[in-house]
Amino acid sequence: MKYDSQPTLPAPASTIGAVGWMRKHLFNGPINTIATLVLGYFSIIFLWPVLDWSLLSADWIGTTRNDCTSDGACWVFIGQRLDQFLYGFYPEAETWRLDTAFFILAALIAWLIIPSTPRKGWVATFTLVIFPIIAFILLSGGYFGLETVETHKWGGLSLTLVLAVVGIVAALPFGVLLALGRQSDMPIVRSLSVVYIEIWRGVPLITVLFMASVMLPLFFPEGMTFDKLLRALIGITLFQSAYMAEVVRGGLQAIPKGQYEAADALGLGYWQKMIMIILPQALKLMIPGIVNTFIALFKDTSLVLIIGLFDLLAIMQASANDPNWIGFSTEGYVFVALVFWVFCFGMSRYSMHLEKRLHTGHSNRA
Amino acid sequence: MMRKVAFASVAASMFFATSAYAASTLETVKERDHILCGVTSGVPGFSVPDDKGEWKGLDVDLCRAVSAAVLGDNTKVKYIPLTAKERFTALASGEIDVLSRVTTWTLSRDSQLGINFAGVNYYDGQGFMVKKDLGLKSVKELDGATVCVQSGTTTELNMADYFRSHGLSHTPVVFDTNEQASASFDSGRCDAFTTDLSQAYGLRTRMKDPSSVVALPEVISKEPLGPVVRQGDDQWFNIVKWSLNAMLNAEELGVNSGNVDEMKSSTNPNIQRLLGGSAGLAKGLGISEDWGYQIVKQVGNYGEAFDRNVGKDSPLNIDRGINKLWNQGGLQYAPPIR
Repeated sequence: MKYDSQPTLPAPASTIGAVGWMRKHLFNGPINTIATLVLGYFSIIFLWPVLDWSLLSADWIGTTRNDCTSDGACWVFIGQRLDQFLYGFYPEAETWRLDTAFFILAALIAWLIIPSTPRKGWVATFTLVIFPIIAFILLSGGYFGLETVETHKWGGLSLTLVLAVVGIVAALPFGVLLALGRQSDMPIVRSLSVVYIEIWRGVPLITVLFMASVMLPLFFPEGMTFDKLLRALIGITLFQSAYMAEVVRGGLQAIPKGQYEAADALGLGYWQKMIMIILPQALKLMIPGIVNTFIALFKDTSLVLIIGLFDLLAIMQASANDPNWIGFSTEGYVFVALVFWVFCFGMSRYSMHLEKRLHTGHSNRA
Repeated sequence: MMRKVAFASVAASMFFATSAYAASTLETVKERDHILCGVTSGVPGFSVPDDKGEWKGLDVDLCRAVSAAVLGDNTKVKYIPLTAKERFTALASGEIDVLSRVTTWTLSRDSQLGINFAGVNYYDGQGFMVKKDLGLKSVKELDGATVCVQSGTTTELNMADYFRSHGLSHTPVVFDTNEQASASFDSGRCDAFTTDLSQAYGLRTRMKDPSSVVALPEVISKEPLGPVVRQGDDQWFNIVKWSLNAMLNAEELGVNSGNVDEMKSSTNPNIQRLLGGSAGLAKGLGISEDWGYQIVKQVGNYGEAFDRNVGKDSPLNIDRGINKLWNQGGLQYAPPIR
């Protein structure tokens, strides 16, 4: 018997590592290879100018428009105006107050979202009750020897955050109450809630802001003026709570009837039932909806530019109208878009994480 | 909950500002020790925040002049940015004392909104921009030209009227925004580009080679822009009106922020009256005798303000044109201070 060994086969194509991954996902057969090459070609054609404009031939260093000599983006503009984009017209010597307020807020939020930290209940209460007072005193001043800074000097990213955070935090409790009202057995409470929700959901935010800034002052007695920022904040909160109410209602309706009946059977009163049984379960289901509303609100805050408040977007537009910087609005818009994207993406990722962490097997998903 | 209520009431008391409305604007301003000036949220050369966040512009200088006249300090102004829609409400409700916000003086506004125009600090109007190398001298040479214009505005209609009444033909190329119209003109899509001149100059700075683009001399529409005050307070109306007039008179008399101290000892009676050498003149205005001196010293005369903000010393480089003084061929004419 003569054994002829078969010739050694070449090693199988690698399926690991970068090359392997590409082979598996990008060049998997002739059609996919062609698709990859064609799409790759187009993306290079389209992306290259963007990359070239934004990074490779951009100007980074300097102080005036004369330092922008290349064809690319002029990030000098953003650099020169960064303080204004962040703080608006807040006096330069006082910006530490904004920094402090937002640092405390960031620390509190971090405390609340990191799972292992203790005493979450206390911190949450502090965040919702004490912190707004601290933040208000820090931002507005007038107490403890802090110089008063009127709201028309607030602006930039800090104003965007103030609008978004106040809108979000204030709208949630109102939203919960409205949703409970809409589900209530009491006819007057129910119809009032329904009317409120439907009216506010039926008008665009931009008209609410217009009303707040243009119409409302006409109804006040002569000589009484009412801070424009506060008017906008109230408008945003009223508007947002209607949307929040519908999100909360969605969560409440997803709770099986048995839970309500079980709570009733235990002899719990209405508020005990809601606070101890229903809302904790419902809020968990509402997370995607709530975060969705938050993200929408965060972006909607830029609408305040139509009532002359200088949020991040508006202050960028004003800066791009400075005769010394005319013509650099593209850079400004790109920068603002990036900032908005970072915040919204962050919120979206956190909500996904939260859903996973709170997932206790009650949801209908497999 | 109680704490929240307490907080809300503290917040509300902070935000409410009740001005004693019965008092005259002048008294209110003096008591408050600053002027509330309504400005745009960013129009190049007229009111726009600079790198330091300070408001600069021709309209801003008017407010600074009022502040210098009334309070002796041009920095005692708070600028309230307003959109076009809310500006008159803000003035009527007392949120601002002066509206200095590229506002066109028209009959309907002057007569129906409870406001008074205190003069004209910039004569704007629709004009045409063309490439310098075409060698055009007049709009009348634009027969048969293609013109880039923003759609749906009076600009488009004014142009059609003007060309028709002069028996000229033209092809309008319309765009949604002025920016697009100007960019298309820049890339050679049209022979000319038309909009209000103050804007046209701003847009020109964005073009590839701004120096190759010039404005034709004709101005085909009237857009007199000026400061506005509430009706019913004539004293304040006069103060704002004469603050502007003082700046114009100062230029006419050759007084500027650099030479105002020497000029104080001038023997020219007009200059003396402007700078407060003639007792009793400011009595009717209810402000200090040296109001004219303070305006010129701290803000400058009209020509200085023009050059610095929109004219030859600014990136906009707007031609003085019809905003020259009356004795130099323009429209800017201030009644005498005497």
